[in-house]
Amino acid sequence: MKKWQDNKGWLFILPVFIIVAFSAIIPLMTVVNYSIQDIFGPGQRIFVGTEWFKETLTDPRLHEALWRQLLFSGLVLLIEMPLGIAIALTMPTKKGLGSSVCLVLIALPLLIPWNVIGTIWIIFTRPDIGLMGAFINNMGITFDHTASGLHAWITLMLMEVWHWTPLVILLAYAGLRSIPEAYYQAARIDGASAWAIFKYIQLPKMRGVLTIALLLRFMDSFLIYAEPFVLTGGGPGNATTFLSIYLVKIAVGQFDLGPAGAFSLIYFLIVLLFCYLFYQVLLNVGKGESS
Amino acid sequence: MAQISLDEIAHSYLPYPKNDADYALKRIHNIWNDGGAYALLGPSGCGKTTLLNIISGLLKPSKGRVRFGETDVTDLPPEKRNIAQVFQFPVLYDTMTVFNNLAFPLKNRGFDNAYIKTRVKEIARILELETVLHKKAEGLGADAKQKISLGRGLVREDVAAILFDEPLTVIDPQLKWQLRCKLKEIHEQLKLTLIYVTHDQVEALTFADQIIVMYEGKIVQIGTPQELFEYPNHKFVGYFIGSPGMNFLPCTMENGRARVGKFHIPLDDRTAALGNRATGSLEMGIRPLYLKIHGQETAGSFQVPVQSVEDQGSYRVVALSFNDQTIRARIAENEPVPGSMAWVSFPEKWIRLFENDQLLK
Repeated sequence: MKKWQDNKGWLFILPVFIIVAFSAIIPLMTVVNYSIQDIFGPGQRIFVGTEWFKETLTDPRLHEALWRQLLFSGLVLLIEMPLGIAIALTMPTKKGLGSSVCLVLIALPLLIPWNVIGTIWIIFTRPDIGLMGAFINNMGITFDHTASGLHAWITLMLMEVWHWTPLVILLAYAGLRSIPEAYYQAARIDGASAWAIFKYIQLPKMRGVLTIALLLRFMDSFLIYAEPFVLTGGGPGNATTFLSIYLVKIAVGQFDLGPAGAFSLIYFLIVLLFCYLFYQVLLNVGKGESS
Repeated sequence: MAQISLDEIAHSYLPYPKNDADYALKRIHNIWNDGGAYALLGPSGCGKTTLLNIISGLLKPSKGRVRFGETDVTDLPPEKRNIAQVFQFPVLYDTMTVFNNLAFPLKNRGFDNAYIKTRVKEIARILELETVLHKKAEGLGADAKQKISLGRGLVREDVAAILFDEPLTVIDPQLKWQLRCKLKEIHEQLKLTLIYVTHDQVEALTFADQIIVMYEGKIVQIGTPQELFEYPNHKFVGYFIGSPGMNFLPCTMENGRARVGKFHIPLDDRTAALGNRATGSLEMGIRPLYLKIHGQETAGSFQVPVQSVEDQGSYRVVALSFNDQTIRARIAENEPVPGSMAWVSFPEKWIRLFENDQLLK
């Protein structure tokens, strides 16, 4: 009786266990299960051990996709983080109509479904009827994202920056608003320049929200699928075949569930590793400084 | 170093103030001497911080001029005025070490490194921060952080005045006392003008030689702690200073005595003469400390019911019903407290008369 009473606490966390099991652990384990078997059809499967992992890790097309992916995420972070902070800094600081209108306008892209975003930009950049595409082409510059890999990348970056910089802006703005007025007053009395205020007050105080922004933007951009899929389906050629697009090609296009499972697990571990590294670096940044 | 003159200062946070009520500061006209320790005392929202920010330059007054010595600084930004300000909550540059925090105002003004180093060391010694100089400011206690904020002001040799905006709010009680002593010490050592905003009368009374009492955007009295206690210029000062506050009883003059309902309270000749001349609504005030309570009838005392007795530790507060109004008397711990009835007398020396809330003098 006594023991049963002591263990009652487990009942309270049981729902969480069940939800996490169904939402994460069980699906993940089925992927693990696929990744170590060769599946020919229902009931026809052979255990292959680490075969698929070896194959996936040595697949040159996967390596290409990985580098492409890293370049893409790197560019996204390099553009969106500074741009988001810069825009947040120029937003009205006082509560009122001005800041409310700004916030709503900035948040608009975040409210649009991902597949609509792709379609909007396909039409916007079309060389024949798109506002931007036709404008550029009429200036004498050929711009066609279906023909040139570079143009596809430019279009994708524009789409991505337009869609997700608002998230960075909103987070940075929230961080800025939480800095007490006294900090700015003290800085003025200390004769600090605008740059010094940014470096020693605003940036350190925004560190928490910027860490979240960076992690979210990294994960999201590293897992990007919908935008290149809608835009060119990974083309032209393989120019925008990122990891997730390649993965879907293997899993759905070729129905190679074994390699796709192994690929998924590796993909998952890469994301996990990068997030961990970013988090550790940002957690410790500024802590080691001394005169 | 210079005296600070406030010439007809008024400030409103509204762009187009219409009437008196729109002004946070109504009319401040004052000169504060070089090297004095001043406390700005008043309840929340009375304009203390506004006035402080006008002196430091964080706010530009709607009207009037601020002068440091002969120089008109009204249009100068804070960094061009020779002032430092310590805020309610410690303001630190978290990512910097204590040394860099202290050096920051000097670095911004382009001093060379050798000078900065000696100067920061000197200030750290005065503030007893030497041991933590190379630590991160972030991890220190609230008192050390407030010392660093103060240090950033002291480190500039040209600083004429240091302004404090309720700097001890977040400090633990026993450390408060230590920091206050440190402030006094620094004041004596460096002969700086200190202006200290607080709503805590104990803090103001122990810190300052001159207390400036503010009420609804106006300075109601400037004086030494004793002056404020014995001759409060305005009813508000009587209420606000002292614990418990002054007793006030509406009265009329009758044959050189103050009449409160059925009671006729004798006054000394000077006070009576002042009362006879007055035309507005009169009130008499007396400090609880000076009211006399007796167990039996004595000459010139009035019999009144006792409402309650509160023990405040080192003294007791007796509430009496006098002409249906509550008056309070402060008596020593060992004095006997009468039962349900007591005899109270008003020593002539300590009775003050107020006409339309202003002290008659």
